[in-house]
Amino acid sequence: MRHFILILLLMFFSNAKAMASDTFTLVSHCPPSFELIKVANQPSVCHLVNLYQFYDSVQNRGVGGLHTSLPKHRDGFTPQQIDLGRYLFFDPLLSKDGSLSCASCHQPDKGFSDGLDRSIGITGEKVARSAPSLWNVAFLDKLFWDGRATTLEQQAQGPLFSPVEMGNTPDHLLLSLVNNKVYERLFVEAFPKQIKLTLAQVYRALAAFQSTLISLNSRYDHYAQGYHKALSKKEIAGLNIFRSFVARCAECHQPPLFTNNQIAVIGSPDPKGMPFDIGAQKTYQDLGVSTEKAQKLRGGFKVPTLRNIVKTAPYMHSGRYEKLRDVVKFYNDGRGNSVPKNEKLLLHWHIWEPNLTDEELDLIVTFLGTLTDESLMPQIPKKSPSGLAIVDKSYQINRVSQKTK
Amino acid sequence: MNKFVMAIFLIAAFVIGMFYGSNKQAAPIITSNTGGASYSGGYDKNTDKEVVNKKVTAKNASTKKSAVAKRKVAGTTHVVNDGESIMAAVELAKPGDTIQIMPGKYHETVYIDKDDIRLIGVIKGGKRATLDGQKKLNDAILYSGNNIVIENLMITQYKGNGIMGQAGNNFEIRNNIIVDTGVYGIFPQLGKNGIVEYNVLSGIEDAAIYIGMSDNIQVAYNDVFDNVAGIEIENSRHAIVEHNNVHNNTGGILAFITPGLPIKTTFDVIIRHNFIDNNNHKNFAAVGSTVAGIPAGTGILIMAADEVIVEDNLITNNKTAGILITDHDNAPNTTLDPDADPAPDKVMILNNLMLNNGYDTIDEAKALMLTEFKQGNPDILRVGVSRDSCIINRHRYVTVGVKDWQECTFTNTDNIKSYILDEPVPARKIDPSERGKVVYMGICAGCHVYSGRMVGPPVQVIQALYMDNPQGIADFIAAPTKKREDYPEMPPQNYLDEKTRLAAAKFMLSVTK
Repeated sequence: MRHFILILLLMFFSNAKAMASDTFTLVSHCPPSFELIKVANQPSVCHLVNLYQFYDSVQNRGVGGLHTSLPKHRDGFTPQQIDLGRYLFFDPLLSKDGSLSCASCHQPDKGFSDGLDRSIGITGEKVARSAPSLWNVAFLDKLFWDGRATTLEQQAQGPLFSPVEMGNTPDHLLLSLVNNKVYERLFVEAFPKQIKLTLAQVYRALAAFQSTLISLNSRYDHYAQGYHKALSKKEIAGLNIFRSFVARCAECHQPPLFTNNQIAVIGSPDPKGMPFDIGAQKTYQDLGVSTEKAQKLRGGFKVPTLRNIVKTAPYMHSGRYEKLRDVVKFYNDGRGNSVPKNEKLLLHWHIWEPNLTDEELDLIVTFLGTLTDESLMPQIPKKSPSGLAIVDKSYQINRVSQKTK
Repeated sequence: MNKFVMAIFLIAAFVIGMFYGSNKQAAPIITSNTGGASYSGGYDKNTDKEVVNKKVTAKNASTKKSAVAKRKVAGTTHVVNDGESIMAAVELAKPGDTIQIMPGKYHETVYIDKDDIRLIGVIKGGKRATLDGQKKLNDAILYSGNNIVIENLMITQYKGNGIMGQAGNNFEIRNNIIVDTGVYGIFPQLGKNGIVEYNVLSGIEDAAIYIGMSDNIQVAYNDVFDNVAGIEIENSRHAIVEHNNVHNNTGGILAFITPGLPIKTTFDVIIRHNFIDNNNHKNFAAVGSTVAGIPAGTGILIMAADEVIVEDNLITNNKTAGILITDHDNAPNTTLDPDADPAPDKVMILNNLMLNNGYDTIDEAKALMLTEFKQGNPDILRVGVSRDSCIINRHRYVTVGVKDWQECTFTNTDNIKSYILDEPVPARKIDPSERGKVVYMGICAGCHVYSGRMVGPPVQVIQALYMDNPQGIADFIAAPTKKREDYPEMPPQNYLDEKTRLAAAKFMLSVTK
């Protein structure tokens, strides 16, 4: 009897292994919009090809107007690294207990955010801030709301090893990947010249995948490329208010990415009942800047991109606003309208009292709707190499309803 | 005498000794600015990627009066009469066209998202085309295109800016009168190669002329008065501010690095041959704006900007100081930006006529003067760090903070005529040979892969259908119809012009994997 079970088990495992090795292969072509470029004595790598790359910009900073080049960005990963990153991104194996993947809080159908004011981590508690969208992260050199990471590789370690987010430890993560036969093989495919599987490879693969989340072909872009019928009269009116020097939205949310990738102190409200979030003050203190100087960025957060913004409610670092109209109203309600009485903040100079009419506020929201483009949405893997359930929409709905009960 | 008093006495004696000692210097170095070496400039077009023809003339010898690209073919002239809409004419206009605006009142916001448009007011018997925002409209004119000319207009009563450029290169803004309007009068932002000249601006609550994050700029012959800031060069490079009359503003001419902006430097700014008089206007800037911290009575203010040359200006009757030089740490309202160097380095003060400045200066200035045991009214005040700065004929002025500066090794900027490019920044055109690939990769590939199903059918299938017929694809994608039951209808790609569609179609047919 025992013997029989052992055989059964063996059959099961060898079967599973055979199944796995049949199912999971890494693609050798680049994702859409990326061109495979040969490199001498190296594996071929994927480079972004986009219309905006053919324009110029002052000092090559990638901020400006309608015809402005993109800033420096991350690409040059192999197709295999990108594809491995895709599997890792959706695999709950990356969390402490196999319950959360990156995609738990960065869900494709929610603009790679999660629809929550603040994300729910492994403990079932809400974390301090809202999950930012991942569209166009390839162009950013400040990551997290407080800008504390400068590369995607560095950023990935934040949620992975935060006890309130994915709750993993470096050792445990490495062990679970090394012990997984499928990953062992996939990592060799993605990093053929490297002797063993390392955490650096994990971060790099995640960075590779995220750098392919490009959104630059919205109706706004069609307008920018010269087709003025792409936007309605109302949307153009909204664009003009957006970039006017009364609303001043475009002074920080600068085209083409609709962010200037800087830190700004705008004084938006914190979550109800939560202590004041000092934001970037901590980032710079941790870098050794004196408290006196770092305080200039007290309550400062990274200017987020507005691309696909209608997909990523609720808004702001605190997720305090359900609707875009509420956000726009916040800016119109006057300098410091939500700053706690006992806080002295050095509010950004563009935060002022624009006195826009209700109609103008509506038009800005209308314009923001033209920034949607998800044509380069990646495919969600049907299965994960770990065998754990892929975190997809239905899984997430169940999880959130359980946690919030 | 107890020890304590003795100690005080000794310190006092030491200090007095320093005081007299420092005054007992050798004969002043008197430098004539006729003859003498010329500053060679901080701009080298040979290292500028945007400059196509590097051989046209000797370095820095441009005397061009035009920044826009020459027109090869004369476009259409659209005439806008009083009562008609300027914007309607802009919508009709094609690149290369001119819009003439007849005298009259126009209540509208004009936006130009096209290249090579000239918006020219027609002045008849002293009457101008007036854009009047009636305190309701936001900005008068917004442009994003290259090669834009805006001339001869009167602009008043807007809430935002008079003329605002967003990333347009090769611009000329000339001969406009902009009064009592909004935040900035003329604000070209994120552009390269532009001229702002012969404009009259007053009653602006921030900077009347504000060059933001731009390169290769000429600001000349403007009359700028009764504003908070007269002329501001911010986070910009290779700019000349000359022959302007800047009077009765809060601050006259500003060269800034404002921290927190995406472009982090200001350098190579020449401020020369300007009248900078009586800039004592009460500061009426919006709370929290950077200029709200400028003390009334500031002739020239250099904050954190590098390589600023101040030459042959007449700087008179500015009550706080003729020239104020500060780093970020000593300036109010500046944020923290570790990527921006807070110190104004390589400031170069050549000959200037200074008269009756600093007669009612701020307490901070008085305190600074005490540190050097100086009395009188300050012409030049420097606070905070400034490295490698220089000055000539310093003995003429009452100064604080420049005693350690070197003598400049040159006496004038005569070698630098203009930073306007010999040839304008080239058009932002995608090379025709690249166009097909770029559009295919950037747009088509979002829905079509070579083999396999994405949103649309595989490229292989399309190739089989349109084998020798790229025009067929180009036509179809302009106005697609639903062809396949199992695929969604394709959205029209008519935002791409015909040539571009054809190039993309040809590329699609050539794809092999």
